Amino acid sequence: MYVAVKGGERAIDNAHAWLAEERRGDTSVAELSTDQIREQLSLAVNRVMAEGSLYDPDLAALAIKQSRGDLIEAIFLIRAYRTTLPRFGASLPVETADMACDRRISATFKDVPGGQVLGPTFDYTHRLLDFKLAADGEVAPAATSEPRTEPTPHVTGFLGQDGLIQDETPSDETPRDITREPMSYPADRATRLQNLTRGDEGFILSLAYSTQRGYARNHAFVGELRIGKVAVEMEIPELGFAIEIGEMELTECETVNQFAGSKTEPPQFTRGYGLVMGQTERKAIAMALVDRALRWKELGEDFLGAAAQDEEFVLSHSDNIQATGFLEHIKLPHYVDFQAELELVRKLRAEAEQNVATKEAAE
Amino acid sequence: MSDQNYNFAYLDEQTKRMIRRAILKGLAIPGYQVPFASREMPMPYGWGTGGVQVSAATLTPDDTFKVIDQGADDTTNAVSIRKFFERTANVATTEETAKADVIQTRHRIPEAELREDQILVYQVPIPEPLRFLEPRETETRKMHALEEYGLMHVKLYEDISQHGAIATSYAYPVKVEGRYVMDPSPIPKFDNPKMDMPAIQLFGAGREQRIYAVPPYTKIVSLDFEDYPFEATKAEHACDLCGSTHSYLDEVILDDQGNRMFVCSDTDYCRSRRAAGHVGRLGTENELEASA
Amino acid sequence: MTPLLEVRDIRKTYGSFVGCTDVSFDLYPGEVMGIVGESGSGKSTLLNCLAGHLEPDQGQVVFDTLADGPVDTVTMSEPERRMLSRTDWAFVHQHARDGLRMSVSAGGNIGERLMAVGDRHYGNIRDRAIDWLGRVEIKEDRVDDRPTAFSGGMQQRLQIARNLVTGPRLVFMDEPTGGLDVSVQARLLDLLRGLVREMGLSAIIVTHDLAVVRLLADRLMVMKDGHVVETGLTDQVLDDPQHAYTQLLVSSVLQV
Repeated sequence: MYVAVKGGERAIDNAHAWLAEERRGDTSVAELSTDQIREQLSLAVNRVMAEGSLYDPDLAALAIKQSRGDLIEAIFLIRAYRTTLPRFGASLPVETADMACDRRISATFKDVPGGQVLGPTFDYTHRLLDFKLAADGEVAPAATSEPRTEPTPHVTGFLGQDGLIQDETPSDETPRDITREPMSYPADRATRLQNLTRGDEGFILSLAYSTQRGYARNHAFVGELRIGKVAVEMEIPELGFAIEIGEMELTECETVNQFAGSKTEPPQFTRGYGLVMGQTERKAIAMALVDRALRWKELGEDFLGAAAQDEEFVLSHSDNIQATGFLEHIKLPHYVDFQAELELVRKLRAEAEQNVATKEAAE
Repeated sequence: MSDQNYNFAYLDEQTKRMIRRAILKGLAIPGYQVPFASREMPMPYGWGTGGVQVSAATLTPDDTFKVIDQGADDTTNAVSIRKFFERTANVATTEETAKADVIQTRHRIPEAELREDQILVYQVPIPEPLRFLEPRETETRKMHALEEYGLMHVKLYEDISQHGAIATSYAYPVKVEGRYVMDPSPIPKFDNPKMDMPAIQLFGAGREQRIYAVPPYTKIVSLDFEDYPFEATKAEHACDLCGSTHSYLDEVILDDQGNRMFVCSDTDYCRSRRAAGHVGRLGTENELEASA
Repeated sequence: MTPLLEVRDIRKTYGSFVGCTDVSFDLYPGEVMGIVGESGSGKSTLLNCLAGHLEPDQGQVVFDTLADGPVDTVTMSEPERRMLSRTDWAFVHQHARDGLRMSVSAGGNIGERLMAVGDRHYGNIRDRAIDWLGRVEIKEDRVDDRPTAFSGGMQQRLQIARNLVTGPRLVFMDEPTGGLDVSVQARLLDLLRGLVREMGLSAIIVTHDLAVVRLLADRLMVMKDGHVVETGLTDQVLDDPQHAYTQLLVSSVLQV
């Protein structure tokens, strides 16, 4: 005799218990601490902070531990937590010109004021597995020197002095908060940049790559890439002035792109911009390329039908939490709808067979 | 066992007020998709975040809450959402349709007629009925604003000319009070006629940031042609457990010989009928005890 | 008699380039106006301004609506204009692809306008689609085929059927025979002439082909560099051109 399936609740509890056990893995191997994750898997931590839109390395490390290293799952944990946090106010815009740079390079000039600073980069490592790390990860301290104390000027600023690069119109308008207002189109650039900076690294990377391969090519030079710490300041109404409430690591990329111009306006380079939390260089460069591709209308370019130019396409598919949720929901039961489809297909098939039979009988 | 770390029903009061404003606007313009600043919930998008936010903004501490998925209270996602509100809102929950004040559903409308004092909350994946004809939000909003729904009928026309019948079996589009074309969420078309009901119907799409609503006794018309009228179809069987001939049925494959049985998708409806002594082809008098 | 369309002082520029300027004329019910000129003369810009696809920089396009009489369509609201363009107006594009839904059957293409204005009887819609297929000389058994399976000439005839099925009061045509083979053009022209006479259509036809206007147009407007250089009855303009440019235009083509 058939008895309808029961016990969903117990099945869920058991699944969760099993999941916890799997997360811990073999108990004869020492448990990973969140400190270890924060310090030794810092690029994973950075990505989770950037796409989780919450600058807190400890929480990001916890999320990575809890999600068994599934970074999208970790980002999800951070986002869900972030939503519940009270908002005390907004900081002042950070001054990236005052950044204490760990890394700062320009591809457009051989040397620039402030210098080319390689910093801790994978760029010139030979990608050979280092088997020593499997046995002993201790390293000798790296060489140090006195940090520069003066600000490091932006490379695009030098181009701007000569009018060689397009000026961006300054605005004191408060940008909208995409986590507090529904998206609507067309979106302004501030909104687009917000969306891109928390967008999925893989998605933004692939779109940027597609522009390089000719789908809305905008020929980007990395005018400057800088990584380092900036001070975060907040205006305290009771005090009447701004105080520094902390600092955060950021990656900023400004690209110098294909010039625009016309008979009446002399040619000028244009810009793409990327700014991402933490050391997230690939994402920041990709963001700058996609930003530039999305600016086709304001720069008087043609819409070439490329995905990276299509604002609604890019912005509505960049969020990996939305994407993964919707993708994975198709594994939920859909048997009611499937039953409706089944009945319909059976009915249509019966009618089609009937038609064939009547036709044959007639012939 | 309410979790003291969270506000009542998880969302903060300001967010709930924002959602209530969207709900009220939706009720004032039946079938119109109201954009709202959907929050990131601690469950995945696509798994009912829209419905959960609407329920959170609708529930009061004295309410009794019911959650169904595919018509059943015991499906995993229904269990998960019910638990969420037990934990964050400490509300009473029930599996009995008649005892619930707020019912959150995915893919079904309960068989028993709902009352004026009840609210039905639908989980909606894609709120835009025109989405698969026109992917752009900027275009579809214009089409709704200008009531340009001709394309919708072109799709139905193509169905008939190709298949001899309208080939949409769920998420069957409806026209609300003669104005907006609306996606009723992926309920089977069997449920469409029930939407003209005494209860308030609220629709939440979290990922797509839309809320819409149908006030009580609103005229809901399923799109069709005069000579190819809408049909609310279901499997042509009776429930094998309770014998009902007018409820929506799930088909269950029993063995690899092709034997199947058909049972009510609305588990509470089936249970109450059996409790009242109705017995289907494969049901027995004492099965309730057996499964309890 | 009230003109069906009163065009007053239309001007459209692209930056410093003049698309068209100083264009004014009246179109009376049942009249077919031809606009001729070489490519770049501004005739297509003008047509798109008249049909509401482009917003002119200045000027009025007053249409005699059934409900409210003469109304300026340039300043009317977008919903009203879109309503007009799916009821009283029709637009035949040069390229049939721009005017058809390529993934929808021929019947669905013709039926769309009927459904857009509220026809809800499948059988009637289909009958009218089949009737119109016949009127544009497409066999009934092609009704469920998609336009992708049609030849260029058939696609253009289908586009015409799709536009005329609701009996529009004003039809805009942009090079309706452009891009077709000469023999196909002749057949299409013949068909169009039949429909224009039979239905008493009012139309504005833009073309660079004088044979088209000779056959279809009652009156003619000749454009060059965005300006109207000559207007008049078709035969008068073609047989006795006054403006030097018109003379050149007429002499450079074979007489028909």
